Amino acid sequence: MMFGRVALFVTCLVDQFFPQVGEATVEVLERAGVQVAFPEAQTCCGQVLANDGFRKEAAELARRFVEIFEPYEAVVAPSGSCVAMVREFYTELLSGTPWEERARGVVHRTYELSEFLVRVLEVTDLKARFPHRVTFHPSCHLLRGLGACGCAERLIRSVAGVEFVPLRHPEACCGFGGVFSVKHAPVSEAMLQDKLSDLEVTGAEYVVSTDVSCLMHIEGALRRRESPVRTIHLAELLASR
Amino acid sequence: MTEGPLPFEEASVRALANGRLQEALRRAMTGLRTKRAEATSELPHFEALRDRAKQIKTHTLLHLDRYLEQLEAQVTACGGTVHWARDAEEACRIVVEICRRYGARRVVKSKSMLTEEIELNRALQQAGVEVMETDLGEFVVQLDGDRPSHLIAPIIHKRREEVARLFARHLGTPPDAPVELLTQAARAYLRERFLTADVGITGANFLVAETGTVVLVENEGNARLSTTMPRVHIALAGIEKVIPRLGDLGVFLPLLVRSATGQRLSSYVSLITGPGRQEGEGPEAFHLVLVDNRRTEILADGELRESLQCIRCGACLNVCPVYEKVGGHAYGWVYAGPIGAVLTPQLLGLERAAELPYASSLCGACLEVCPVRIDIPRMLVRLRWRTVARGIARPSERVAMRLVFWILASARLYRIASRLGRLVQRIAFGDRPIRRLPGILGAWTRTRDFPQLPPKTFRDRFRRRP
Repeated sequence: MMFGRVALFVTCLVDQFFPQVGEATVEVLERAGVQVAFPEAQTCCGQVLANDGFRKEAAELARRFVEIFEPYEAVVAPSGSCVAMVREFYTELLSGTPWEERARGVVHRTYELSEFLVRVLEVTDLKARFPHRVTFHPSCHLLRGLGACGCAERLIRSVAGVEFVPLRHPEACCGFGGVFSVKHAPVSEAMLQDKLSDLEVTGAEYVVSTDVSCLMHIEGALRRRESPVRTIHLAELLASR
Repeated sequence: MTEGPLPFEEASVRALANGRLQEALRRAMTGLRTKRAEATSELPHFEALRDRAKQIKTHTLLHLDRYLEQLEAQVTACGGTVHWARDAEEACRIVVEICRRYGARRVVKSKSMLTEEIELNRALQQAGVEVMETDLGEFVVQLDGDRPSHLIAPIIHKRREEVARLFARHLGTPPDAPVELLTQAARAYLRERFLTADVGITGANFLVAETGTVVLVENEGNARLSTTMPRVHIALAGIEKVIPRLGDLGVFLPLLVRSATGQRLSSYVSLITGPGRQEGEGPEAFHLVLVDNRRTEILADGELRESLQCIRCGACLNVCPVYEKVGGHAYGWVYAGPIGAVLTPQLLGLERAAELPYASSLCGACLEVCPVRIDIPRMLVRLRWRTVARGIARPSERVAMRLVFWILASARLYRIASRLGRLVQRIAFGDRPIRRLPGILGAWTRTRDFPQLPPKTFRDRFRRRP
């Protein structure tokens, strides 16, 4: 399928903390034959506000998102979590307002990167090369929120040189959960500990994910312990040559 | 039950520091998850059953008044008596009065979460009636003055050794008795209670409107004994337990049992319709106490009504990574785990349980297994919305989140904040890893480094690309 205008919703975390993931996303999309636009007015999907209880504020950010991305044929984000927020909560947040219908339109054309590549563009081979042992942590929102198409794993397996070792419990949450990670830090840390033990068993050099939120959580603990294991976003993996 | 907010935070920290509890929970949860996965995957139409169950529950709740009246008429026609209780106090009063009417001194009871909710045992004891829990787990809980920590496995937090020591004190078994000996001792002890009890009290897994039948699902046979040995049977149930037809059990029984324990069918399923028909055949009197206790408020609440569809299988607890870490007691009240975090604020009041909806990473594992597909993560988020809307959130958090909102709602402020953040980081940390932050973010940096802001944002880099 060909697209005229595809907008990148880079997400606030990628924009601020992981610009290289945004660049890799652009690189991968362009390699797949897509022209990428970056609407400059964009900021955040509002999930942090919605999940902390600030409905009115989250609704305003949802309205803003719809307004900014409405002109595009598709919206692609390197994040399962932000896309799940858009899909699961935008129509509810904007229900009863004139924006509800407009939101519905945008919601239906907002995609997570791996699902956009595999399901919409039907591209599974991006001619990437990454000669390392890797494992994959699917974010909860990718796995359960977006209904697990297995797209990300297919893409990882298509990368030349990759030695893929699955996690024993890929479905387990890493314990991030946005505000949960600070509001219930001890529980969050204990969940993260389980994830790290799982990672260790695989002997992987890199842990891949579709979400920088999980990755920064996992990496925070890896760095603190001076672990040699590295984190890498799926887009970066696919952009590697 | 003490007043005041439920202290989830302190309780979770205590649970995490308890190595034995951690081990017990991990082992039990792994076992239950595996069994459920096996039991559900061998049923090709399991997903279709879930859809059907959802439809039935949605329909029944929409016409609850009609089905409850039908149920009452049927129970009455079969010779039973139906009582309506507005709240916990009224429900307890009704049961105490029934016990008094029959001159009951001793009551045997099978497992029921509702009776925990309304604190029936305390009310009966205060009225001078001896109550004996006969479910093995609940029996242990009662002997130990403890509280159940799981919907279907009340002593999941206890180890065999603890039970052995407890039984040694109360039943005279050797302190290192093996499980077989412990169950034998409990059985002998309880058998005498069954034979001498005047009243048997049970909950209900389902109430069938078309026949007036109480359905009890169990593995130990104690509910069967509680409903057949004593002269009087009193069943208590929340009004949401009603299902329209007997045939609906074909949907709900496999869902409940496979989701709960991973069995194909429980050892016992009792269908009780009214009292015994003739001398020597079951109890001479049957009473059904239908309890509201805020359920009609939930029913009237379009945003949270779905939580009344719960069939108390416990599957959401078993897959919840938070429950696995903190156990049931941390939730502070009768209902634990994800569904507890949804029900407790509604049954006790949001003010007392405001922390519970936040005690979740919203990972969605609960929704994935719920046999009636209750969207628990969405309910948790909606409860969080109410927490803020009712002004229960901390003022400092309110200010911080308003600030976050202003920044995110304007591309210009966003850009300014992004520059400011980089400036502050350079002054405070230079190029060093961020290992300690003040305020709420200090909770992040206890064991995790905070990500560093690179010199340029994506948007800066994208604009400058060739």
